[in-house]
Amino acid sequence: MLAFILSRILQALPVMLAVALISFAMFAYVGDPVAIMLGQDFTEAQRAQLVADLGLDRPFFVQFAKFVVNAAQGEFGLSYRLSRPVAELIAERAPATLELAFCAAALALLIGVPMGVYTGLYRTSWLSRFFLTFSLIGVSLPTFLIGILLILVFSVWLGWLPSFGRGEVVQLGWWSTGFLTWSGIKALILPSITLGLFQLTLIMRLVRAEMLEVLRTDYIKFARARGLANRSVHFGHALKNTLVPVITIAGLQLGAIIAFAVVTETVFQWPGMGLLFIQSVGSADIPVMAAYLMLIALVFVLINLVVDLLYYAVDPRLRVERPAIQGA
Amino acid sequence: MAAVLRRVFDSDLWWSFRRSPVTVLSAMVALVCVGGALLAPWIAPHDPFDLASLNLMDAFKPPVWSEGGDATYPLGTDDQGRDVLSAIMYGARISLLVGVAAVVFSTLLGVTIGLVAGYLGGLADAVLMRIADIQLTFPSILVALLVDGVVRAALPREVHDQIALLVVIFAIGISNWPQIARTVRGSTLVERNKEYVLAARVIGLSRTRIMATHVLPNVLGPVLVIATLNLGFAILAEATLSFLGVGVPPTRPSLGTLIRIGNDFLFSGEWWITIFPGVALIAMVLSVNLLGDWLRDALNPKLR
Repeated sequence: MLAFILSRILQALPVMLAVALISFAMFAYVGDPVAIMLGQDFTEAQRAQLVADLGLDRPFFVQFAKFVVNAAQGEFGLSYRLSRPVAELIAERAPATLELAFCAAALALLIGVPMGVYTGLYRTSWLSRFFLTFSLIGVSLPTFLIGILLILVFSVWLGWLPSFGRGEVVQLGWWSTGFLTWSGIKALILPSITLGLFQLTLIMRLVRAEMLEVLRTDYIKFARARGLANRSVHFGHALKNTLVPVITIAGLQLGAIIAFAVVTETVFQWPGMGLLFIQSVGSADIPVMAAYLMLIALVFVLINLVVDLLYYAVDPRLRVERPAIQGA
Repeated sequence: MAAVLRRVFDSDLWWSFRRSPVTVLSAMVALVCVGGALLAPWIAPHDPFDLASLNLMDAFKPPVWSEGGDATYPLGTDDQGRDVLSAIMYGARISLLVGVAAVVFSTLLGVTIGLVAGYLGGLADAVLMRIADIQLTFPSILVALLVDGVVRAALPREVHDQIALLVVIFAIGISNWPQIARTVRGSTLVERNKEYVLAARVIGLSRTRIMATHVLPNVLGPVLVIATLNLGFAILAEATLSFLGVGVPPTRPSLGTLIRIGNDFLFSGEWWITIFPGVALIAMVLSVNLLGDWLRDALNPKLR
């Protein structure tokens, strides 16, 4: 188990280093950080001093090593646009994005899996047909249009839900949460649906396909022959075996949720990391972009690790010791 | 000509096309979208870029069937009195242009890299495929955003505004090559060991020549399908970038730009400015995707 985790971490290191190299190259070669930091008036001595202070006169690999060490400590310098430490900016906005992503993922799983099981079990019912048609729409609508349509219906026409911002937030230490106030929860509803709808339909279709596959197998027939209740056959035996691919896709989709949070946060003016990132892209704020890139890479690596560990929990076959093939 | 037509109508591709009403319908929708976009300068009722014809008195006119609608503006007008229908037709032109160009770019890149990696093998293969793996772990919309941001930072503003369209095409294209490269590499690995390649090597042809004229035609089949499916993705990616405000310049609005502009008027009740471009976008992407799905199934003999 420990060896497995270690080998996974060793595999992830080159990926992180490659991403760090890209981030560093953005820092070093795009735009001129010295010119940006000095402003209009400066002497040649000041300039040379700053270059020396920043270590820009050192060899490439020394600079890169310094960048990696700093990055590992969460140190990415100052934002060009806001002149504040990047780490501070991101820490401030992370709770908003994480809460949104959590709600969207929970929505996708808690609704998507039961819908998938239902459509798999009762293939011909009219409700299944309705779900499938609905999922086709969910897959082909772009995220931002879903958001706009929801705003139009629920905010503009019906006036039930707010269309932008997080509502009132409660500060718990450095974490700001919208879960504790009524307006915060109301503000979460539309963005979560917007962000989670695509994942919901995807998970539903996947669970349905897997259920259809599993229900055909012999051990399900055997379970029925033993006279087990439908409930126990469907959920105890069939659903369990559909979970491995569902976990893989759900894990990968968590990354997609974070990526599309950029779009959702723009539509709903949600003060999270995605909005910060898009504003940085618009104004060429390299430090924020580099930090965001590293952060996303880290999140992806961690998600992959967790997904691998979940396989262990779900599929007992993987737990059998196979000395020759480690971490297959 | 007649012989060609007969071959088309006798083919099993045409047979499977005719048998699927959804495919025929989506082909018609796609044809209307592409036709409307390509012929916009000739058939659009107004020229949305002709400032002389714009009249602020006509601003915010609702669609013709609502109260206060005007028959000259079938889908209403926006804040500057531009005809929404004409703006959509011109916008679809930009969307389609960027989408097609990005797909062509990513296909060229992906096919070349896949061919080289698969045929040469060894170190080139290992390095290229690792790069593809790393890029595949990131959602492509993030890659496109990042590329756009870096180019924006690297170029002075005036230069960037001039080539913004090319930047978007580049960003979307580059975010999309690994999938094609992997497919092509897979088929190249199979083709590489076939006898015709051996024969070509025996008669002393160069590696470039073998790759380009012998292996290439045999690995292009699946690429066609992926490229069709990618077109829908590329159009959506362009719309998303433009909606986020980092895509095509506002002087040449695409469907995404129109949706972003219209979004500002959602709250004052002028829903048609943003919803109609959205409907046009969905119609275009959905029909292209359905055609791609059909092509994938029709060309795959296993599914028959």
